[in-house]
Amino acid sequence: MNQITENTTPAVADASPASNGAAKEWQPKILAFCCNWCTYAGADLAGLNRMEYPADIRLLRVPCSGRVNPQYVLKAYQNGVDGVLVCGCHPGDCHYATGNYYAKRRMLVYKRLLEYLGLEPDRFIVRWISGSEAGKFRDTVIEATERIRELGPLSNDLPHLAPEDIPHPISAKFEWLATPKNAREGL
Amino acid sequence: MSRIGVFVCHCGTNIAATVDVQAVADAARLMPNVAYATTNKYTCSDPGQQAIADAIKEHELDRIVIASCSPRMHEQTFRKMLAEKTSINPYLLEIANIREQCSWVHKDKAVSTPKAIDLVAMAVAKVDTDKNLYTSTIPVNRKVLVVGAGIAGIQAAIDVADAGFPVTLVERNPSIGGKMVKLDKTFPTMDCSACICTPKMSEAGNHPNITIKTLSEVEKVTGYIGNFEATIRERAKYIDYDLCTGCGACETKCPSKTTNEFDEGLSLRKAIYKPFAQAVPSKPTIDAKTCRKLTEGKCGVCAKICPTGAIRYDDTDRTTTETFGAIILATGYDLIDWTKIYGEYGGGRYPDIVTGLQFERLVNASGPTEGHIQRPSDHAEPKTLAIIKCVGSRDPHKGVSYCSRACCMYSAKHAHQYLDKVKDGRCFVFYMDVRCAGKGYDEFYMNTLHDGAVYVRGRVSKIYPENGKLVCMGEDTLSGQVVRVDADMVVLETAMVPNEGASQIAGVLNAQRGPEGFFTEAHPKLRPVKTNTAGVYLAGVAQGPKDIPDTVAQAGAAASKVIGLLARGQIESNPMIVQVDNAKCSGCGACTDICPYGAIELTEVSLRENSRKVTRTVAKPNPGLCQGCGACTVACRSGAADLLGFTNEGIMREMEALLR
Repeated sequence: MNQITENTTPAVADASPASNGAAKEWQPKILAFCCNWCTYAGADLAGLNRMEYPADIRLLRVPCSGRVNPQYVLKAYQNGVDGVLVCGCHPGDCHYATGNYYAKRRMLVYKRLLEYLGLEPDRFIVRWISGSEAGKFRDTVIEATERIRELGPLSNDLPHLAPEDIPHPISAKFEWLATPKNAREGL
Repeated sequence: MSRIGVFVCHCGTNIAATVDVQAVADAARLMPNVAYATTNKYTCSDPGQQAIADAIKEHELDRIVIASCSPRMHEQTFRKMLAEKTSINPYLLEIANIREQCSWVHKDKAVSTPKAIDLVAMAVAKVDTDKNLYTSTIPVNRKVLVVGAGIAGIQAAIDVADAGFPVTLVERNPSIGGKMVKLDKTFPTMDCSACICTPKMSEAGNHPNITIKTLSEVEKVTGYIGNFEATIRERAKYIDYDLCTGCGACETKCPSKTTNEFDEGLSLRKAIYKPFAQAVPSKPTIDAKTCRKLTEGKCGVCAKICPTGAIRYDDTDRTTTETFGAIILATGYDLIDWTKIYGEYGGGRYPDIVTGLQFERLVNASGPTEGHIQRPSDHAEPKTLAIIKCVGSRDPHKGVSYCSRACCMYSAKHAHQYLDKVKDGRCFVFYMDVRCAGKGYDEFYMNTLHDGAVYVRGRVSKIYPENGKLVCMGEDTLSGQVVRVDADMVVLETAMVPNEGASQIAGVLNAQRGPEGFFTEAHPKLRPVKTNTAGVYLAGVAQGPKDIPDTVAQAGAAASKVIGLLARGQIESNPMIVQVDNAKCSGCGACTDICPYGAIELTEVSLRENSRKVTRTVAKPNPGLCQGCGACTVACRSGAADLLGFTNEGIMREMEALLR
């Protein structure tokens, strides 16, 4: 958790009143990719209705959930974000006709990959929130924040293993793939 | 090195009450490349905007971040300010949303201020990567294509043509007029449908700005808003319309007959025919499937009798390609084919079970019975009429889940008309709900009840013939009793479904349709006649079931949107579109498949690589078609495609800033 404090640029950290305290309590950082037409509008509506939710979330506006490259999500985790949300229009309501369908398929596969890598599934949430669903937006933020607070910093998920103990990426299950083709034919 | 200006807005106390704006400005001043940071009471006001313009000049800023309300609120305001009052490109602007997504949703200054600082840091990081973007103007062709010539298409065409723009009105059938011209009377005023529809038809037919193409279909559309290129196939009519006077002599002598579509199969028509007396164009056409000359090669009576020699047996289909600035879809509806799904109603075996549209022809003075209500089997006047509503509508198991909206009113109208014409008749209406929302609608329904129509709340489970009657077995759900009505004739008020031609034109235009097949509007409340394909508009039942007043109103709305577009004469393109780096593009075509607008095509380009000229296939986005969704940028394997305004670098830097 201290990685965050250490990595913070001193200038910015000093200016932030919250960091003036001596021992800063760990606060999760949650990044939400929100499509401009639905979820971002829903978040605006939540503001308009003065709905309160935890302040650990940061919204990043993208034109469409289909614009969210899985690499961004990876980059976010690399940077130490504790949880990522990808939010878009409901299926069938995409401003760009089909963007959220692509997002859905990509993110579904990607979520399984992240789980395979050892990430807690709750650190990566994909939700469809329309421009009128301010309540759903708030509930999603509350739910995500609570869950990630329980899970603690992202570093909890990373295996504390010596490099030689880390298993080969091709696990035993897929070992047959690593065997030469000739040898496989004999099986 | 860029020089970024950060302007933090108090928004009165909207932001300042829960965010320490001064601390945000102080923090911003220390962010990379920030040359100036300040606060302002009301940034969006005229003095606030002027303060930004002055600061840009004074501090030689080359890009700015405004920390204020949502960019959905004032991004355009500030872009306009940059364009008009400063020398900075309007796209070198980022807005940190510290009101809707910070000050309004967090009460504690100790958490909302650091969050506001984070949001500003993200915006600063992104604005640093922003590039100058320029809108280009696309000229708009001043011709309009209206697909479908029912009342919606006719009304839209007349409205656009009256504004002085040429319109091509395309219709699949031999005459314009659609379904409305088949109706007898229209609710709630009971004015004659033909009397209000046919003047519109002849107005469209005689309008100097309207070109009507009947028996025609739009085969292919390419291009984009302002510049659609449409290929229209005009099927062979076998008549030279320049010579034909519409005298009708051919029709009287023609020996072959077939069922009359205009009378919904209740009468016969000739092979050479004008669908109805007031048809526009008022000239006949030959039905090639029925004509003896065209099927067997023998006959030719019409050619012999025609006084002007207008018959052309060797006529062929013609295709023309024209350019249009906008397209209005008014493809209308069909009635659901109840015979396939309602076996309990006989599945079409009993001739005295008719649809609402057939009943319209039976009560219509120009119909097969000249307005005398007679049942089809023996032409006897039915003394007991059963009307069954919601046949197919609101029935997800057999038909469609939605309400067809107009049926409650026209079933009340049918009951009223029947009781008016058959003085000793009895009328039973089986209903699920009575939905008469509209001006004067509920009063009309009440009058029908006073006329003596018996409304039974419940569905009919079975209809079978017995002693020359049709026995309708149903349940009155209000009293819980089984109801049996021995009817002479049954009218099924069947569901409206999208016209069978809608799927073809949807495919041609790549237009979005909902699960039920109706075209999807861009926004159900705020953009009800636009589609998500720029330049394509909707009118009438093509968008969803509705009655005639709503259809005409929507047609007018679509026309006004089109007139607005054409009157400007040109449109500004959205510069935040995809850009392909030719050096990186491998021409794999993954982006062309994913693009919902068909905006990317593969082309050959000549490049200079290693001081040699090479020709390679690369993806080329069309700036007129691209809407800037960015789906292709993710699909691109080589990272050649990037979305201007939301670049990969910009988003990555935003994320880095968050964690700094």
